[in-house]
Amino acid sequence: MITKTSPEVGGMGHPIKRKEDSRFIQGKGNYVDDVHLPGMVYGHMVRSPYAHARLKSINTEKAKQLPGVLAIITGEDLAKANLAWMPTLFFDKQMVLATGKVLFQAQEVAFVVAEDQYSAADAAELVEVEYEELPVLVDPHKATEPDAPILREDREEKSNHIFHWEVGDRAATDKDFQNAPVKASVHAISQRCHPAPLETCGCVADFNKATERLTVYLTSQAPHAHRTLFALVGGIPEQNIRVVSPDIGGGFGNKVPIYPGYVCAVVASLTLGVPVKWIETRSENLQSTGFARDYHMTAEIAADRDGKVKALRVKTLADHGAFNAAAQPTKFPAGLFSVCTGSYDFGNSFCEVDGVYTNKAPGGIAYRCSFRITEAAYLIERAIDVLAAELKMDPAEFRRKNFVQPDQFPYKTPLGWTYDSGNYEGALNKALEMVGYKELRKEQAEKRKKGELMGIGISSFTEAVGAGPAHTFDIAGIKMFDSAEIRVHPTGKAICRMGTKSQGQGHETTYAQIVAQELGIPASDVIIEEGDTDTAPYGLGTYASRSTPTSGAATAMAARKIRDKAKKIAAHLLECSEADLEWETGKFFVKGAPSKSKTIQEIAFAAYTNIPEGLEAGLEAVDYYDPPNLTFPFGTYICVVDIDKGTGEVKVRRFVAVDDCGNVINPMIVEGQIHGGLTEGLAIAFMQLIDYDENGNVQGGTFMDYLIPTAVETPHWETGSTCTPSPHHPFGAKGVGESPNVGSPAAFVNAVVDALSHLGVKHIDMPITPWKVWSVLKEKGVVS
Amino acid sequence: MAKKQTVRLKVNGREREADIEPRLLLVHFIRDRLGLTGTHVGCDTSNCGACTVVLDGKNVKSCTMFAVQADGAELLTVEGLIQNGQLHPLQDGFKQEHGLQCGFCTPGMLMSSYALLQRNPNPTEEEIRWGISGNLCRCTGYQNIVKAVQYAAGKVAQGAAK
Repeated sequence: MITKTSPEVGGMGHPIKRKEDSRFIQGKGNYVDDVHLPGMVYGHMVRSPYAHARLKSINTEKAKQLPGVLAIITGEDLAKANLAWMPTLFFDKQMVLATGKVLFQAQEVAFVVAEDQYSAADAAELVEVEYEELPVLVDPHKATEPDAPILREDREEKSNHIFHWEVGDRAATDKDFQNAPVKASVHAISQRCHPAPLETCGCVADFNKATERLTVYLTSQAPHAHRTLFALVGGIPEQNIRVVSPDIGGGFGNKVPIYPGYVCAVVASLTLGVPVKWIETRSENLQSTGFARDYHMTAEIAADRDGKVKALRVKTLADHGAFNAAAQPTKFPAGLFSVCTGSYDFGNSFCEVDGVYTNKAPGGIAYRCSFRITEAAYLIERAIDVLAAELKMDPAEFRRKNFVQPDQFPYKTPLGWTYDSGNYEGALNKALEMVGYKELRKEQAEKRKKGELMGIGISSFTEAVGAGPAHTFDIAGIKMFDSAEIRVHPTGKAICRMGTKSQGQGHETTYAQIVAQELGIPASDVIIEEGDTDTAPYGLGTYASRSTPTSGAATAMAARKIRDKAKKIAAHLLECSEADLEWETGKFFVKGAPSKSKTIQEIAFAAYTNIPEGLEAGLEAVDYYDPPNLTFPFGTYICVVDIDKGTGEVKVRRFVAVDDCGNVINPMIVEGQIHGGLTEGLAIAFMQLIDYDENGNVQGGTFMDYLIPTAVETPHWETGSTCTPSPHHPFGAKGVGESPNVGSPAAFVNAVVDALSHLGVKHIDMPITPWKVWSVLKEKGVVS
Repeated sequence: MAKKQTVRLKVNGREREADIEPRLLLVHFIRDRLGLTGTHVGCDTSNCGACTVVLDGKNVKSCTMFAVQADGAELLTVEGLIQNGQLHPLQDGFKQEHGLQCGFCTPGMLMSSYALLQRNPNPTEEEIRWGISGNLCRCTGYQNIVKAVQYAAGKVAQGAAK
């Protein structure tokens, strides 16, 4: 149990208002596009209109004539510095600027630098590029056919096949399927989409020729990792690179990779010796930077006649686009996809994934999730519903029957993961009660008699977050620990710096609450600083809901180191032995004599003014925390929909979300995260799609046709919680930011399919647009 | 480069004048020429609303206008909401009700909400949702923004009743 501090201290569990809000509500945030440096110039990217074409020539003469134009960089220029290609975050490489040919529409071809952004854009229009079109590969299913064009001529292997990966026992699983009396399968596509944070990606690269230092203001979710990659790839000594990640306008995984525009801006600044700003437009953001998903999945479940699941078999085709730029730090090509057994107690299981290249933008990144776990959670929650329907069992009861039970934790899954803790039935029960499940089923039956379409969808997901244990997770070899440094000032106030980087998650508030909890220094007296690699301790950044599981843990551990030292100082001040002291939030007191005490503030002052002999001055600590395991948050979501038969429009009438993320630091912020994640889940289920036509033209490349929900489409969310602490985290927390995005798509889709199940509908692929629903209704003869 | 034109307008109560290219977007004028970087750019198709400002009492997306079109107008940006060191009730509401996360959409949301409350001081939830439907938010799911606007409407009504 966590001891609750007073609201004045504001430790864990208090819904204190966010410290960071004051600047944002006054227009005083400092996002990368707000960075303005003396002498700054502007970059603009020239991009390919073709998805696959030979690059015949680039003529920059006319562009160079334009007043204000300072430089035009092409792939050939970069090749001279060995920078035309750069490594991706997953054992592949990608072109910075094209040489030889282009492989996707909107690929980077040349970088124009001019004195102002309008001139840069004008000059980009004047760059003449001659292309020779090549056959285009769009459909991933055709990537390995004999007549498919080979996209990656740079690779030794002349094939569009990137990897085959499998895990589990194929033979034993196949045997279980042969013997199973009941089988069900579903083919589901987790469609290509894009995180589209409201702020696009960008940077200001500032190379100072006098000091030879490069400062890069960068929309980076992982500033330290990016600094090291700049050093390794660019050959700049690491001490001469400073990455500053200023306020970030949302990330959701989009801002984990390094993009060609960053590299071009750095090269331009190195060349020109002035700061170079490059901010992508929204269209560039959607068309060229880290897309997510594009998993084409089949799941089969073998079960007993009484509805007990036995075996799971999963086969998936992954479309990675032109370069495998998967931003994920596991050793597995499909990341955490093998958590696909979900919340259920399967026996033998087998999962295989094949990755292919196509003429599309490179990826895929982990969009508000841990590296393919959204795909996994969606697939299993869909498949469970399909099987329940096959067996004519209620989907809630079916889940209850097959859950991993509380006494099975720590639970080892057949595909190799160890879940830390869980009580799946507890969350399900609470959600059923909150939504009024029995009454809703009655209502549904009555509505069906009247020909009205109403559906109830359940998703009882298991998440896996907090990458991660160093033995499994690394970026370019750098282990996935994370860090915190706490410095307590003489007056008892503190500054803390972390290796993570908030993009809206509220770190400036929640980390301060951890310090408050551990040291009794009021959260309002603690400043949190992140994102400047010159000052923050080394860390791997914020994604995969890892901040609380890693840096949050490091914060607690660093605070405990400070408390250990504080105890020595308190013993000195109270003239007693350490063994005689006890800790109570914010002070040490002598056992049996509570009036003899020293507050943390008094101890802090003594740390600089009255230090016991043999002890170093000061009161600070650093901790690098390598978690022993991931954490596994979970929950049950229930969605209720009504469908308009005339238009095919789906209205989300209710949505109940019961989350269990262990011990909570700030319930207000947790609830906010859940609202936001559910809204992105809604967007994925019903709206967001990056599609391509047969010529590789991107459809969904602007906010005109890549649909984002507004306040009008977004329903009122109803939230609840259960609490099953993580047994291995220092304060029992698990992380929450991504659960709602991981768990909710299946709830929406299950609700729509449930509304149509009596018509024989088993599955509809996302995004479920009114047109798709109406087409199904027409096909089933419900409308003419 | 086209011949420059002179624009004069009142921004957050202060007279401003500048010689600008006719094609300069209002949002770039506000951000780059006036240095008021609270107004953001989130898209290139006038969908997201991050650039929303209040022009002669109406909320407009400042990326859809040329600065020369605002000649003679009265402009309010997020920086002008605070009065005599006092946060506007909407600003307070966004903080109290956790109506923001990354903060990037917040200035635009505040300005659309400001214009909404000017038109309709006591909006229903549905009216608020429609009132901010020109502004996208990727973080909050809108629910707490709705509560923030309700909070502000309540405060303004209280203030008027006093």
